[in-house]
Amino acid sequence: MSIKKIHKEQPDTFVFNEKNIKEANRIISNYPDGKQQSAVMALLYIAQRQNNNWIPLQAMKYIAKFLDMPYIKVYEVATFYSMYNLSPVGKYFFQVCTTTPCMLRGAYDLIKVCKKKISKNENELSENGKISWMEVECLGACVNAPMMQVNEDYYEDLNDKKLEEIIEKIYQNEVPKPGSYTGRVNAEPVNNRKTLLGNKNA
Amino acid sequence: MLKDEDRIFQNLYNDFGADYESAKKRNDWNGTKELLDKGRDWIINEVKTSELRGRGGAGFPTGLKWSFAPKEVGSRPHYLVINADESEPGTCKDRDILRFEPHKLIEGCLIASYAVNAHKCYIYIRGEYFNEGQKLQIALDEAYQNNLIGKNALNSGWDLDIYIHYGAGAYICGEETALLESLEGKKGQPRLKPPFPALIGLYGCPTIINNVETIAAVPTILRRGAKWFSSLGRPKNTGTKIYCISGNVNNPCNVEEEMGIPLKELIETHAGGVVGGWDNLKAVIPGGSSMPMLPKEICDNMKMDFDACVENKTGLGTAGIVVINNDQDIIKCMARIARFYKHESCGQCTPCREGSGWMWRMLERMAAGDATPDEVDMLFDVTKQIEGHTICAFGEGSSWPVQGLIRHFKHEILERNKFDPVVKKQKNIPYLVDQHLLEKENA
Repeated sequence: MSIKKIHKEQPDTFVFNEKNIKEANRIISNYPDGKQQSAVMALLYIAQRQNNNWIPLQAMKYIAKFLDMPYIKVYEVATFYSMYNLSPVGKYFFQVCTTTPCMLRGAYDLIKVCKKKISKNENELSENGKISWMEVECLGACVNAPMMQVNEDYYEDLNDKKLEEIIEKIYQNEVPKPGSYTGRVNAEPVNNRKTLLGNKNA
Repeated sequence: MLKDEDRIFQNLYNDFGADYESAKKRNDWNGTKELLDKGRDWIINEVKTSELRGRGGAGFPTGLKWSFAPKEVGSRPHYLVINADESEPGTCKDRDILRFEPHKLIEGCLIASYAVNAHKCYIYIRGEYFNEGQKLQIALDEAYQNNLIGKNALNSGWDLDIYIHYGAGAYICGEETALLESLEGKKGQPRLKPPFPALIGLYGCPTIINNVETIAAVPTILRRGAKWFSSLGRPKNTGTKIYCISGNVNNPCNVEEEMGIPLKELIETHAGGVVGGWDNLKAVIPGGSSMPMLPKEICDNMKMDFDACVENKTGLGTAGIVVINNDQDIIKCMARIARFYKHESCGQCTPCREGSGWMWRMLERMAAGDATPDEVDMLFDVTKQIEGHTICAFGEGSSWPVQGLIRHFKHEILERNKFDPVVKKQKNIPYLVDQHLLEKENA
């Protein structure tokens, strides 16, 4: 799996806030008694959301105690899966898909824009600290390629110009609208729909 | 072309909305209790006669899989797990089911859990599909409110709880035993089989794992009858399938079509044709990135179903069709796929962990024209060393696309890689072992 860097500056303590303790307990109750370890992935997400989209080591220790499991097992999970950020990312975290279906439709043009407008290297904050970007593997929206994920939203059917516009908007404190950027509806063929036409007109 | 009324996923493009009321209008949850009342054996038999094969890639007959679950519940409870960890490059069908047809999936979960004696069902959704998961959660809440699932679901006397479990960006968790490991809160490394999950699966209990599309198709099959489903396509390759057509086509899209539809018709009719015309076609990956690619000559007359694909030394996989035209560098495309596998290898088995990186580095060099001609055979040998020597099918998945490239485009690699560091060319390459041969007195 991917190489992960643990952030050098770590906070001294980490605890879930009250709302998140409730949420964590609700998730644990989804699993059979004694199998609370299953909740570790969800709890890491909660920690990540609470801590500006990255997980400090203290959070892993806290979760290990919370679930009564060894710290190393939490660490193992946090480093195995690529969606857990172990060092800080921008408030807007761009994940640009560059796997073959996206590459065929110009994903590397998007990477050029990211390098020009955000930061020279992956996982670096932009000058104003708002955005960081990275190349990721297939995000599962191949018919809407090229696309990227910003935090939890998908931005689809992009090209270099449209990506520049999105970045400019964020720099001007606007929130760009997720979804397709050619105005198409979901995964239907643009101007070439031949199926389920009765539904469309219904 | 398939008639519109024969399409299972009427809301594939979200013309109606995904909520319970509009789902009911599309015939979801219509007479589900009556289906359950007909009993387990009837359900499993009906799925068997429909010849429904798993839509997640391997194409295993679904009815047969269900019949592997123990008939009686012993000391260990049974589980149903839905695999929504869709990460195969080229595939995006489950995403549309999760967000637009969640009630078909939930209804399928109820029927399937009843058939395999499970009171708990986990839906494992890839972490990136957070919004899709939220939409499914809304549908689940609706289902609980209307007593479609939960205690005494639909007054059938059957209890069923469905939970969503989010993955976190690991392709390997689409492999069923890795998925179970991940569900148990460990890193997703596949288990040795046997024992198969149907007997020893989640928490050591009997577990049936199915793909989203498979489960979501089941209610419609039972309602309209196995005969209807098996009348589509051809024997052993029945029914309909959502094809995802991406890459160099004019209108990339998801479309539900009959099994066995000619590839050319699929691309020309639904995806608006190849960019630059059919003659500009170079190759097609027919079933997600794990399946070997096919050159244009085969694509001309190729039919899209499980057996026709196998005849052409490839596989239907997830039916994620990636179209590559002549404007692309085919070796570079495959090098990128190899990089994907290098990134996603879980690192458990040495042939795959080391081999996937090896294949990627060689292909990158071949794309740049820096390899020697005999390295092509070496690369093929590497793929053969990985294939069949790993715990899970990831080894095959990573080596087959490279084999497909070498099988059909070897001449192209050789044309580009004329670099020959043998002695006769007198090239000074310091890292070669036989460099001393360059000095004439030693020769």
